[in-house]
Amino acid sequence: MNNPQLNANGELQHLLSIEGLPREIVTQILDTAESFAGVTEREVKKVPLLRGKSVFNLFFEPSTRTRTTFEIAAKRLSADVINLNIAISSQTKGESLLDTVANLSAMQADIFVVRHNSSGAPFLIARHVKPHEHVVNAGDGRHAHPTQGLLDLFTIRHYKKDFSRLTVAIVGDILHSRVARSLIHGLTTLGVPEVRVIAPQTLLPTGVEALGVRVFHDMREGLRGVDVVVMLRLQNERMGGALLPSAQEFNKHYGLTADKLALANPDAIVMHPGPMNRGVEIDSSVADGPHSVILPQVTFGIAVRMAVMSIVAGN
Amino acid sequence: MRLHVKNGRVVDPATGRDALGDVFVAEGRIVDGLRDQPDKVIDAKGLVVAPGFIDLSVRLREPGQEHKATLESEMAAAVAGGVTSLACPPDTDPPLDEPGLVDMLRRRAKALTRARVYPIGALTVKLEGKSLTEMGQLTEAGCVAFSQANAPLADTQVLWRGLQYAATFGYPVWLRAEDVWLAKGGVAHDGETATRLGLPGIPSFAETVALATILELVRATGASVHLCRLSTAGAVELVRRAKAERLPVTCDVAIHHIHLCDLDIGYFDPQCRLEPPLRSQRDRDALARGLAEGIVDCMCSDHTPVDDDGKHLPFAEAEPGATGLELLLPLALKWGAAQKLALPATLARITSAPAKILGVASGRIAPGAPGDLAIFDPQAAVRIAPGSLKSQGKNTPFLGYELAGRVKYTVVAGNVVYEG
Repeated sequence: MNNPQLNANGELQHLLSIEGLPREIVTQILDTAESFAGVTEREVKKVPLLRGKSVFNLFFEPSTRTRTTFEIAAKRLSADVINLNIAISSQTKGESLLDTVANLSAMQADIFVVRHNSSGAPFLIARHVKPHEHVVNAGDGRHAHPTQGLLDLFTIRHYKKDFSRLTVAIVGDILHSRVARSLIHGLTTLGVPEVRVIAPQTLLPTGVEALGVRVFHDMREGLRGVDVVVMLRLQNERMGGALLPSAQEFNKHYGLTADKLALANPDAIVMHPGPMNRGVEIDSSVADGPHSVILPQVTFGIAVRMAVMSIVAGN
Repeated sequence: MRLHVKNGRVVDPATGRDALGDVFVAEGRIVDGLRDQPDKVIDAKGLVVAPGFIDLSVRLREPGQEHKATLESEMAAAVAGGVTSLACPPDTDPPLDEPGLVDMLRRRAKALTRARVYPIGALTVKLEGKSLTEMGQLTEAGCVAFSQANAPLADTQVLWRGLQYAATFGYPVWLRAEDVWLAKGGVAHDGETATRLGLPGIPSFAETVALATILELVRATGASVHLCRLSTAGAVELVRRAKAERLPVTCDVAIHHIHLCDLDIGYFDPQCRLEPPLRSQRDRDALARGLAEGIVDCMCSDHTPVDDDGKHLPFAEAEPGATGLELLLPLALKWGAAQKLALPATLARITSAPAKILGVASGRIAPGAPGDLAIFDPQAAVRIAPGSLKSQGKNTPFLGYELAGRVKYTVVAGNVVYEG
C-alpha cells in the first residue's frame, strides 16, 4: 500500500496523518519548527519562504484556535491566506466536497489546510488535487490531527529532550479523540517506551492496545511515575448519554487534580490541546500551576505549522 | 429452439457429475437427446458447461433508482456473468410492498428475455418495520420470499408476528441479522482498523445478538428463515448449532466477505464501504471455511450498483455497496481453489444450493430441468476494470484484480442470451 502522503522520492507531499510517517520526517519537522521558534520571537516575525503562494484554510467544521494558528503560521511564511468557513457556505448549498476543492484549485491554490468532520476526508482530497498542490490535515473526524500531535511532540521534546526514557499518559476521551490517535503514533514513532491511556471502557476504542499503548482504568495507578500527562477535552455532548453519567462523576474519577498529579514524577509536565473544561477534566490549580505547559503548546503550534507548510511546499 | 452443446466438460453440482459430454435443450428444458436437427450448436471444447448461476441478492435499482442502474444494464450484466436466475431485494424506491410494483418489475424483466427474476417482497409496509405487507397478494404477484433487505426492524414484536404470519402460510422470510442499536452510527467493523482510522464501529455482536433473537423466534414460530449476508465467525457458529438442532434455517455470504477483510479499507477506500461491513481476517476465514463445510449454504454477489457520486466521498459518507454480478463466477472459483474443492462442489454454491433455497427446479443439468446454462472457460483471465463491466455500477473493491473464469455463453430456457 503506497503511503499517500509521500511523493515518489519518499518526501512529504501532504501531511495527512502521523501514522506511517518515517521517523526522519517527524524529526525533520520538529527540527525545522525549532528554527522557526526563533522567528516568532523576533520583532519582524516574517520569513519569505511561501511568498506568492496561496494557502486556503478549508474548515468544514468550526474551529478558532487551529484555524487562527494556521493563518498566523502562513502569514509568517509570507503566504496569502484565504479562510473559508465551508460549514456555513457551499455544503449547505449541496456542493460536493470534491467540487468545492476543484473550484478552489481553479483559483490557484498551493496548500489546502483541511478540517472535516468525516474521518479520511483529507485523504480523499489529496487523491484528487493537482501534483503541485498540497493538503495539510487540520483534523478529520476521530482519525487524526497531525499538526496538534506534532506540536505536542515538539512541546515534550522542548521540556524533556530525550524521548527514549519517557512515560507518557493520555487521559480522557480517547474514543472520539483525533488528538490522542495522532499523539500515540508520534510517540511510538519516536521510540517512547511507555504510552499509557487512562479512561473508562466507554471512552476507549476497541483494540486500542494495538496502537502500542497500555490501558489503565484507574487514574491514580496510571499516573504513577509518568513524565508527561496529556489531558483531553471532554465534549459536553458526550455527557449524560450512555457513555458517561455526568461531568461531576467524570471529574471525580478522571479529572486532573493537584492531588492526583502528585503521583506523577516531580518534574512532570501537564499538557492539554484546548479548549479546556476547567473543573471537568482539569482543575484550575493544575491548569495554571507550575507543571502546566498548556500556553507554550499554543505558541509552539505556530512554529510547527510553519514547519509543516514550508516542508510540503518545498517538496 | 433446439440447442446442442457438444464436447464440453459437463459439470452438474447437484449430482457431482463432472465428465466430457453433450447437453441438449428443447422447448426450454434439458433433454436426453434431440429427435430433430438442432437450431444451434455450440462447440464447448475446452469449456465447462454448468447450470446457469443463481444469485440470491441482486439490486436492479428499478423502480426508483434508475440513475444508478436500469433493468436493461443490470440484466445484461447478469447474463455476462453467467447468472440466469436472480433474487432481488425489496429495497427499491418505492419498496416492493405492493403487488402492482412486483407485477410491473416481473413484466419488465420478462420482456427483456434474459435472466429469470425472482422478487423478494417487503416484509413490512415501506420497509418501515411497523406493519406487515399483504404477503398473500404479493406471493400471487410473484414474490418468492419476504425481507427487510438492509432496512432495520427494531421492533421485535413485529418480527415475531411477521414470522408467525409467514409460517402460517409457509412463506419464507429472508433476514439480515443486525441489531439496529448496536450498529447505530457505525460504518466499519469495530476492531483495530476502525480504531486506527477513527471510523465509528459496528461490533461483531451487533450481528450475533440479532441472530440469536431471530433463531429464538424461529424456534418459537417454526418459520423458514434464510439468513442473508453473514459477516462474522460468531454467526457461523450460531448457524452451525441451529442446523444441528434442525431449525429450518439456511444462510448465505457475499463474495466480498469471503475474500476481503477490514484491512482492505487501507487508507479509507470507499470501495470497501459495504453492508454488512468487512470484518476481521478471522471472520473472513471462518466464513470461507463455513461455506466449504456447508454451514453456509451458498454465496451471492450482493450486487449493488453505486454511481461515482456515491463513492467519491469520505468513507463514512460514501454509499455502501459494490457491483458483483460479473464477479460471481471468478470469485467463486478463487474461493473454491483456496479451499481445494473440486469444481462441482465449488459451483454448487452458486447453482444447486441457491436453487434449493429459492425452491426452483433450475441449478442442475438433468432431463426436465430448465434449460439454463453457463458455459465458461475456468482458466481465462478477466481483468476487473470499469470499462469491462456491463453493469452500470462500476464500483467494486476488486477493481484492478485479475481473476480466472470467463463466461463464453449464457443460455436461458434454451436461448443463447449472451456470447462473450
